[in-house]
Amino acid sequence: MKENHNPNHPPGSGAETPEEISRRKFFRDISLIVGGCTALGLAVPAVGFIFAPLTRRAPNVWRTVGKVEAFKIGETVDVHYEDASPVPWAGVTARTAAWLRRETADQFVAFAINCTHLGCPVRWLPQARLFMCPCHGGVFYENGAVAAGPPERPLTRYPVRVVNGEVQIETAPVPIMT
Amino acid sequence: MIRRTLKRAWDWLDDRVGFTETFGPMVTHLVPRGARWWYVFGSATLLAFMIQVLTGVALAFSYIPSTAHAYETLQFITNQAPLGHFLRALHYYGASAMVLMVGLHMAQVFLFGAYKYPREMTWITGVLMLGFVLVMGFTGQLLRWDQTGVWSVIVAAEQVGRVPLIGDWLARFTLGGDTVGGATLSRFFAFHVFIMPAMVFAFVGIHLLGVLRHGISPPPKPGEFVSRKTYKQEYAEHIKKDGVPFWPDSAWRDVVFGAAMAGSIVILALAFGPPELGKPPDPSLIDAYPRPDWYLLWYFAVLALLPKGTETLFMVFGPMLVGLWLIAVPFISRRGERSPLRRPWAWAAVLLVVMMISTLWVAGARSRWSPNFNVQSLPEKIVGTSSGPVAAGAQLFYMKGCLNCHLIQNEGGHRGPDLTSIGAQRTKEQLVLTILGGRGNMPAYANNLTPEELNAITAFLESRGSQVGKPR
Repeated sequence: MKENHNPNHPPGSGAETPEEISRRKFFRDISLIVGGCTALGLAVPAVGFIFAPLTRRAPNVWRTVGKVEAFKIGETVDVHYEDASPVPWAGVTARTAAWLRRETADQFVAFAINCTHLGCPVRWLPQARLFMCPCHGGVFYENGAVAAGPPERPLTRYPVRVVNGEVQIETAPVPIMT
Repeated sequence: MIRRTLKRAWDWLDDRVGFTETFGPMVTHLVPRGARWWYVFGSATLLAFMIQVLTGVALAFSYIPSTAHAYETLQFITNQAPLGHFLRALHYYGASAMVLMVGLHMAQVFLFGAYKYPREMTWITGVLMLGFVLVMGFTGQLLRWDQTGVWSVIVAAEQVGRVPLIGDWLARFTLGGDTVGGATLSRFFAFHVFIMPAMVFAFVGIHLLGVLRHGISPPPKPGEFVSRKTYKQEYAEHIKKDGVPFWPDSAWRDVVFGAAMAGSIVILALAFGPPELGKPPDPSLIDAYPRPDWYLLWYFAVLALLPKGTETLFMVFGPMLVGLWLIAVPFISRRGERSPLRRPWAWAAVLLVVMMISTLWVAGARSRWSPNFNVQSLPEKIVGTSSGPVAAGAQLFYMKGCLNCHLIQNEGGHRGPDLTSIGAQRTKEQLVLTILGGRGNMPAYANNLTPEELNAITAFLESRGSQVGKPR
């Protein structure tokens, strides 16, 4: 077989034979195809792994936050519980909180602690009966409606239920204002 | 004897590897003679980056990027590990220097018109690296993984969440799931120590290729125009006639300035230490006060001061438009005059940006839009009495949260107007109307005050300030 690697006939010099041109084109194309496929084959699992959280939704679960009698009617308190899918290495980061108010003997309401402007944790001022945000000054009434500042939407509410004398809140994703 | 042996060893190594042959022409390439102190900011940025790599690698020997342990390892690095306190401080001030130097380098290149033909790609890679530097700064703050770190992740997720159609996706990608948790920190760690530095290395390479290929642009002279037809030939002639080797004729200034910058970083690190670690990264601790590091404080102010309803538009398209505009600069102004003496609009643009960022930075540092959560009830000295409706009103003014946002003789918050003299400016009816119905950024208190409480608060407010000039 004729040697194709000919330094006297570099590609594009115009001195190559049709056979050389054909072989060079074949080697170029096959190298690009094989190399591209290999890169793609390696990239797919890596990129898929990085983007995997997008396809995994944590299940919503009910978390007990206390006995009914531990909450006074009309009082708003912060309650702490574990999020829906704590992993062993999450540590304290797996903890989350909500503002819980006992409205009547058997009715509770729970608000996300996240301001609907940019997610900072709102604080409850019991005498003022207002939630205030330390970041950009968002203020919410006790029913979660916007009272002042940049937020445009009311505080997010979480489902609450009473089971066997225990108050339970349903876990939820961080409320993202899309 | 030893010298000769070393020389022989070096010659052998150089022959086999080809250091001199490969890098010699690079370090001795000719540069314009007039390239003086204005040209040191690029190399200083690169040096700051190398300091970050060095200190970052050292910190990685002890830092554990796990949400459960990162905070504790940082406390160990800061308080127990030998030199850990100093190393963290070096990393912090190195980051600050990098942001500062990249800003100065960009301003100098812009003012000298050095982005024009044929150096468009050098400018564009620089713009992209500015983005990488800011991302590294932000992700670096998160790696502190204290309370501010956790809330900064949530604020970031909220911002990207506003992107139309894919916002929810981006927010979940940022958090590494539905909430801050086990997957959150490690992805920011990967961005901070692998992806972004790799991008910076790659783009520094392209950036320097551009510098070597097109040379350092000579200091501009008024009346010397850039023309696509003649520029390359003119530059070649100029360099041939008046060029000096980069090393050492020009590089000594880079070395001196770089050493001064590194010295400043060391002095700052020794004098002020690393940024304080806040409370633990527990998202259920509600008493948080998240603030970005100084280089993003101005953007924090922007988010607070935007007119209501425009945030989404701004957060999504603002950074995008700024980036696109910066990339478009060499195509909008591709030829012609380079001298800053003949380009007043270039000065105006730089001054505008500097003034805007400085003003917003001061506003961000003051954060006067935030309620003051550290207020105490007003002392008798300010109230003027310890009994009666005025004293009761003063106590209610504190309890009902009014003092969180309003000042009375320098006590209280800055969110609302200073009410030190409100009694001289408003009638009782006006006060009642505002308190009950709210006004602008003030909540309505109609459902939150008894008639007695309302009377007491208005009595207190009426007692504020001189009665002179009060509307009748």
